[in-house]
Amino acid sequence: MSQEILAIIGIFLVTVLLAIPLGRYLAIIYRGDRSWSDFMGPVERGIFRLSGINPEREMTWQQHLVALLTINLGWFFWAMLILCTQGSLPLNPDHNPSMSVDQAFNTAISFLVNCNLQHYSGESGATYLSQLGCLMFLQFVTAATGMAACVVVFNALREGTHDKLGNFYSYFVKSITRVLMPLSLIVALVVAFQGSPMTFQAKMPVVTVQGDSAVVSRGPAAAMIGIKQMGTNGGGYFGVNSAHPLENPTAFSNAVEDFSILLIPIAMALAFGYYLRRPRLGWMVFGVMTAGYLLLQVPTVYLEMHGNPAITRMGVDQHLGSLEGKEMRLGAPASALWAIQTTVTSNGSVNAMHDSLTPISGMNALLGMMTNAFYGGVGVGFLNFFVFIIVAVFISGLMVGRTPELLGKKVEAREMKIAVIVALLHPLLILAGTALSAHLFAGDPKEYAGWLNNPGYHGFSEMLYEFSSASANNGSGFEGLGDNTPWWNISTGIVLLLARYLPIIGPVAIAGLLARKKYIPESAGTLKLDTATFGVMVFFVIWIIAALAFFPALALGPLAEHFSLY
Amino acid sequence: MKSNILPALRLSLVLLVLCCVIYPAIVWAAAQLAPGHGEGVQLSQKGRVVGFANVGQKFSKPGYFNTRPSAVDYNAQGSGGSNKGPSNPEYLAQVKARLDTFLLQNPGVKAADVPAELLTASGSGLDPHLSPQGALVQVARVAKARGVAPARLTALVNANTEGGTLAPQVVNVLRLNLALDELAPASK
Repeated sequence: MSQEILAIIGIFLVTVLLAIPLGRYLAIIYRGDRSWSDFMGPVERGIFRLSGINPEREMTWQQHLVALLTINLGWFFWAMLILCTQGSLPLNPDHNPSMSVDQAFNTAISFLVNCNLQHYSGESGATYLSQLGCLMFLQFVTAATGMAACVVVFNALREGTHDKLGNFYSYFVKSITRVLMPLSLIVALVVAFQGSPMTFQAKMPVVTVQGDSAVVSRGPAAAMIGIKQMGTNGGGYFGVNSAHPLENPTAFSNAVEDFSILLIPIAMALAFGYYLRRPRLGWMVFGVMTAGYLLLQVPTVYLEMHGNPAITRMGVDQHLGSLEGKEMRLGAPASALWAIQTTVTSNGSVNAMHDSLTPISGMNALLGMMTNAFYGGVGVGFLNFFVFIIVAVFISGLMVGRTPELLGKKVEAREMKIAVIVALLHPLLILAGTALSAHLFAGDPKEYAGWLNNPGYHGFSEMLYEFSSASANNGSGFEGLGDNTPWWNISTGIVLLLARYLPIIGPVAIAGLLARKKYIPESAGTLKLDTATFGVMVFFVIWIIAALAFFPALALGPLAEHFSLY
Repeated sequence: MKSNILPALRLSLVLLVLCCVIYPAIVWAAAQLAPGHGEGVQLSQKGRVVGFANVGQKFSKPGYFNTRPSAVDYNAQGSGGSNKGPSNPEYLAQVKARLDTFLLQNPGVKAADVPAELLTASGSGLDPHLSPQGALVQVARVAKARGVAPARLTALVNANTEGGTLAPQVVNVLRLNLALDELAPASK
């Protein structure tokens, strides 16, 4: 048992150690300095020439947002087109049908916003063409969109007064050619050699050893596994994601996939410091994020390793931990590790069924999504964190009676209004959505009986989890929820849209507004951001706004369940 | 907005080729060198393909080492866990019933010797593995059904135990049962 704990600590440490050079590298390529990956330069120039884009043209923050939203809108139509017609398109050897319009709407949006909430199962609900040409495509480009938006904010925060903040397309394409694609390729090759399929053959019928007939689904899974882990997308090839033995065949593939969840989000936090040539700032952000992450991770590992007390009471041997919904080759500690890492980032891939986690572990997974800033998604995780920095700067300023300043720029009413709206949007979407669903269910439990797979407190947690996952653009689920209905497809679809674009638009706007302001050089009275004191301040701002807002809902769901069980 | 539409479309088309044709083609080509050539590692018995090494299959007969309960009954056209919450009374009753059934099928085994994986459904419903203990606890029953000495089966389980560095040790049930058929062919 202690060896498995060492293994998961090792996975985390390796991730951090490799994220440091990656953070430096990200800062270098986004600043446009020389790097070893300049051999991609001709490829990028070719891409821009074919697209008719001048990557040198600098944009204001408004131009960045227009470019970002326009291209995103285009992808939405592409996704709807493919998903609604996939049944009659080629590369469909299993003859899977096209999606219904409400399901296609949910799926298109969910992949467009880097969430990958899946109300379908890959084996029967998608085709090889839609998996690669639509879903995997969106996994690349939406991850790159988040990274590009994040770099706009980095750029805006550098010293001096600026209006122009670099070129959106340049940041966006570099994110793919120099970060996401090479890293995804490595992961894809590792999992392919560990046993994940990469084939265009149809599913295969077999007669098993004891004489049953079975059919085994396959497909070009390995390619998709690489980017779904690296881009904090999380949308699995198979229905049960990385719990599937073909999607995550061995303990080693699990370690590599798990490592890919945190790598870029941590590197992005560190890149913030390196980009501004103030590395301590990056470490402050990393420190706060890590403190929050560990607070959720440690109890989860402990609880999952100690099993379900109701089963212990039956006198069964549970020394390997709570095993409902878990895979033997991965084990309870590595499943607990993944469960929290995938929810603090907006990844949302799973290697165990979260619905069957012990109640406090389920709550910690929920809290990871509710705060959504302890690492967070690629790029967007930092944007969420940035909003909390603004709020913390403002409160600190008020506490010492000075005009709040962020890196030499005055933070004023307009920036604060945007920050507060973005910070409060997330609890509003989650709690209002859950409340509406609970109201519908309570009003007519017979009509909606298909929704909940579990009675009582846990049933409430299932609904709370779905909206948290949608609003955090996470994509994992308490999968017992019968979520392929018009209500869930449409309501979570709307939540997904609001929760993706407003938290991108808000921080980019704040940063753009700050960039235009007069630069005030540092003095003795300047609030120092790269200190432990300010880190503690940010931590508590996150904790109060993001976590305590949800306390009543958590009390009704996982907490109540915990006390009924233990 | 307007000035962005055409570049956005053209860029998307170029990236579609890069991400959805070139990238998967590289992975596909490399996977041809992987075990199973990217199609999954298949196992055969007497020249007949009986399944994939990584995909669990249903073993429920007393003469075989049985696999874990599955929410999808090992139907690998799909995948799924039970998604039962830990306090769900219906679920707990089901676990208790599985325990009683197991004790009935394996006389002489005590509840404290039954590892939890034999009573709980896996995440995928296709879990190909058991813990070594999950196989060892079935040795007496399988030995009786096959008419071989239990010690030989214990040795077989130990020989098929793998892993243990990054995760708990496991036994691949399909490989174990293939080795079992080799060692002591079923009488009928």
